[in-house]
Amino acid sequence: MNGANTAFVLISAALVMLMTPGLAFFYGGMVRVKSALNMLMMSFISLGVVSLLWVLFGYSLTFGDDVGGGLLGNLDHIGFKGIDPTSLWGDKPDAIPVLAFALFQLMFAVITPALISGAVADRVKFGAWTLFITLWSTVVYFPVAHWVWQADGWLFKQEVIDFAGGTAVHINAGAAGLAVALVLGKRIGFKKDPMRPHNLPLVMLGSGLLWFGWFGFNAGSALAANGTAANMAFNTQVATGVAMLGWLAYERIRHGAFTTLGAASGAVAGLVAITPSGAAVNAWGAIVIGLVAGVVCSWAVSLKYKLGYDDSLDVVGVHLVGGLIGTLLVGVLATDGVGGMTQLGKQALGAFTVLLYSFAVSWILAKLIHVTIGFRASEDDELGGLDQAFHAETAYDFSAVGGSPRSTVPAAGQAGASAPQKPHNKKVDA
Amino acid sequence: MKLITAVVKPHRLDEIKEALQAFGVQGLTVTEASGYGRQRGHTEVYRGAEYTVDLVPKVRIEVLVEDEDADDLVDVVVKAARTGKIGDGKVWSVPVETAVRVRTGERGPDAL
Repeated sequence: MNGANTAFVLISAALVMLMTPGLAFFYGGMVRVKSALNMLMMSFISLGVVSLLWVLFGYSLTFGDDVGGGLLGNLDHIGFKGIDPTSLWGDKPDAIPVLAFALFQLMFAVITPALISGAVADRVKFGAWTLFITLWSTVVYFPVAHWVWQADGWLFKQEVIDFAGGTAVHINAGAAGLAVALVLGKRIGFKKDPMRPHNLPLVMLGSGLLWFGWFGFNAGSALAANGTAANMAFNTQVATGVAMLGWLAYERIRHGAFTTLGAASGAVAGLVAITPSGAAVNAWGAIVIGLVAGVVCSWAVSLKYKLGYDDSLDVVGVHLVGGLIGTLLVGVLATDGVGGMTQLGKQALGAFTVLLYSFAVSWILAKLIHVTIGFRASEDDELGGLDQAFHAETAYDFSAVGGSPRSTVPAAGQAGASAPQKPHNKKVDA
Repeated sequence: MKLITAVVKPHRLDEIKEALQAFGVQGLTVTEASGYGRQRGHTEVYRGAEYTVDLVPKVRIEVLVEDEDADDLVDVVVKAARTGKIGDGKVWSVPVETAVRVRTGERGPDAL
């Protein structure tokens, strides 16, 4: 076992974990006050659901030996069977404990479904969302991650370069976001009512946390404390900074202002684009990837108004488009001799297979939930705000009058005397 | 008695309060308000989506005064509120039938 590598991967796992709360704030600040908590919760719930799935069968389906055709892992490690602190991943002398590797990969499995939530902000039932990410992780994420990252996976064998998740994470989540947004339909008032972000400082905080955590996401994917990790970390910083500049420049020219949301979004677009490519390019490649991602993603977010789909927080424009840019550009810009048209073809195969698979299966899953238990929140809940409807809370207390504690909190010794009012959707509304 | 109402830019509030105190006004009521005049509001941009925000933040100041002071007081408020830029607001006065001091029950000018 390699102690330095193990320490590095464990720290990287913790860094990636922070990205999910970071994403929650990034998205949470962008929605309106009445659904801010719901947005945070749609990310947070993934930390619970996917952690459990990972132990039950997720790790085994993803990194178990192939069952054939490079499509899925077997069930040998179901319930973490056969894995203990002495089990090793990788070849000596670089090997690390399987548990360190599994924890690191778990964080990727957690954040990917959380990314999708931005596309459907403000209009889904929380329970249905939780069911969706359970099913989606099982039939989309675990198989796709197996294709790309497991040595037996069919895209891995095709030599598709996806160092840290351009296909498995970003194209995957972006395509799913588009599919679910199409099944659900537009928010009430889309293109008519103002839906301004309620708290841009939260968005900046969230994007800052994402940027920070992304060093673990990208550099940690080397699974070793070495030059590859250093190159990846360095390129992550450069591409992200340049992408922010690119987005801001585009906005200044098109709309006359350098916006805060543009800076935060540009940074995330750069992070997405450098994810698959950063280990295969040098610093100049990172600059090109960052600039292209910043400008093109900034343009791409306006597509939803032209094409008429309601991807609430631009998961398609940032993650799908950014993921495609990084995944395809690596074919052109790779510096270690693999770049060229052949590699570009391989990259396109990986990118578009994942895109189509994720879009199709996500669409079917969303439709299935939509016609059975109902995916979309009721009109009243959507208009009144999902925070009150599903979480019995509000993000901020603005009121100077009303809300007397006497009416809701039982006095000492009278437990339950007047219980808090139940959220109204708990009533049977069949 | 007259009720003077001013809807003005929030950052002029301190100036106006000081000018009113210098004039001898004993009390006032301030409310957060929003609205627009001829200039309408402003434009904000979020990822390329432009929003026209027509209701902009204002404060509404209300003062009760005796009839003979009303015109002078309107002038005092206007002078303190003016920045010369668009959106400075409006000041107006209306007649008031009765005013009562809640604590003592005094009525009319005694209640001011």
